[in-house]
Amino acid sequence: MSARILTAIGLWLLLAGAAPIRLITQLSQARIDINTTFRGAELLVFGAIQYPQGSVPDAPPDIAVVVRGPPVPVTVRQKARIAGIWVNARAVRFESVPGFYAVAATRPIETLADERTTAIYEIGIRNLQLSPGSGAEDDVTRAFEGGLIAAREKAGLFAERPGGVQLTRGVLYAARIALPAAVPVGSYTAEIHLIRGGRVLASTSQPFIIDKSGFERWVYVMAQDNSLAYGLAAVLAALVAGALAALVTRRGW
Amino acid sequence: MDIYLPIAEISVNALVIILMGGVVGFLSGMFGVGGGFLTTPLLIFYGIPPAVAVASSATQITGSSVSGALAYWQRGQVDVRMGGVLVLGGVAGAGLGQILFRFLQKIGQVDVVISLVYVLFLSVIGGLMLKDALAALKRERTGAPPPARIRHLPWVAALPWRMKFARSGLYISPLAPLALGAMVGILTVIMGIGGGFIMVPAMVYILGMRAQAVVGTSLFQIIFVTAATTLLHATSSKSVDIVLALLLLVGGVAGAQFGVRSAQKLSPDRLRLALALIVLAVAVRLFVGLTWTPAEPFVLFEGA
Repeated sequence: MSARILTAIGLWLLLAGAAPIRLITQLSQARIDINTTFRGAELLVFGAIQYPQGSVPDAPPDIAVVVRGPPVPVTVRQKARIAGIWVNARAVRFESVPGFYAVAATRPIETLADERTTAIYEIGIRNLQLSPGSGAEDDVTRAFEGGLIAAREKAGLFAERPGGVQLTRGVLYAARIALPAAVPVGSYTAEIHLIRGGRVLASTSQPFIIDKSGFERWVYVMAQDNSLAYGLAAVLAALVAGALAALVTRRGW
Repeated sequence: MDIYLPIAEISVNALVIILMGGVVGFLSGMFGVGGGFLTTPLLIFYGIPPAVAVASSATQITGSSVSGALAYWQRGQVDVRMGGVLVLGGVAGAGLGQILFRFLQKIGQVDVVISLVYVLFLSVIGGLMLKDALAALKRERTGAPPPARIRHLPWVAALPWRMKFARSGLYISPLAPLALGAMVGILTVIMGIGGGFIMVPAMVYILGMRAQAVVGTSLFQIIFVTAATTLLHATSSKSVDIVLALLLLVGGVAGAQFGVRSAQKLSPDRLRLALALIVLAVAVRLFVGLTWTPAEPFVLFEGA
């Protein structure tokens, strides 16, 4: 890890002097494998800020790191009591909900920049554009959005960590992003924004992939592509296991 | 011992799942029920997505029923002809159930309907069994003679094309077991159950089968109907998690063997009393879940 950070510093020294302000970024992994023992992972996002003429300002800027997973449509239903029974009543559909969304910053999101700016860059869970379906009134949609966010936060799939980015000597930054075991597979991006005086001065983004590997991947691909063979194999495995158990234990009678 | 499930896409504790399978397998062997009515709710409670829980539970029941059915087979307690008729009905029912399941998914009420159907069936059947078992135990204590055995319901006797079911001690039309099989098949797909807890009392009270053949025959037909259900789920919703099913099976097959042995030692009336109480307890638990104010007023459904 220290070698990687040294590389980053080296890069920064090499490129110092070019204008304007720029961000150099690296991720600890370009690909995260989900195997049988997967229990979640940690992604380290780190890099350096390259200032014009290499002059580090006295007051360091702010850094926000946003990690997001592939978007999926989500239908949120509200439970309502009908004749004493809780049924799924009203529904609002959100067209693009990231399967994972985490933001870390050098300080609380609200104090980074004004609402308009954080909304444009989708920095902060409340600033996500979830594209709710039209039809419902604004306050209804907002209530459903709140329910959606609460459920995702509880599952560890939406997270916000003010103070989650460390800035060293105004130049090096690093953030650790926790990915829970339930992260969806797919293409992810890590976006890094440099903010000063409420304005985003520089942004960069790095892609990475989360995918099943080895046995997990093989089973998943089989289930998707050869579903009939997979189903037959499941039945056969169950039959053999049951028959074996009957054979083994019969001796004891 | 944590293990990542490839289809359910979550990490679970393998020992917890094996233990769950063991408890359910024990009941399976003891009562001739698949135990799915316990597995499915337990898995969902543990955090497995409902669709995966229902499908994988069906796969597990196939295995645990084989183990149980073989044990009964060796004692000559399986009526193959009756079982065959029930399977025919069951497979047709499973096809119908699949259509119904898709419709419920489309209108977003699948979890509510599953719970409601569970409560309804479990409380009616549990209540009937409890009443019957208590009456039998009371007779045992007072030494009163057992009541004349009910052969079968009058409308069952009135159906045409009678045939002989030797091991069941019956001479009835196959239409009644066919319809019974179909009804249970629908429930197998929707609820992820073998349907034994409905099948066993129905065989006794509706068809009037001889008691010794009931459990073995029920297990026999469950094998085939749950196998068909696994194939339906694997090809349409692709939600069968083979790793989850095998983990459940490891505990399940062992538990089933112990269950069969325990059942031979206990009196049938006490068995029925115990099963009635378990069934009623699950019904009460689900009813509470349906009527108490939920902690989370919103539910999420992913995908299109």
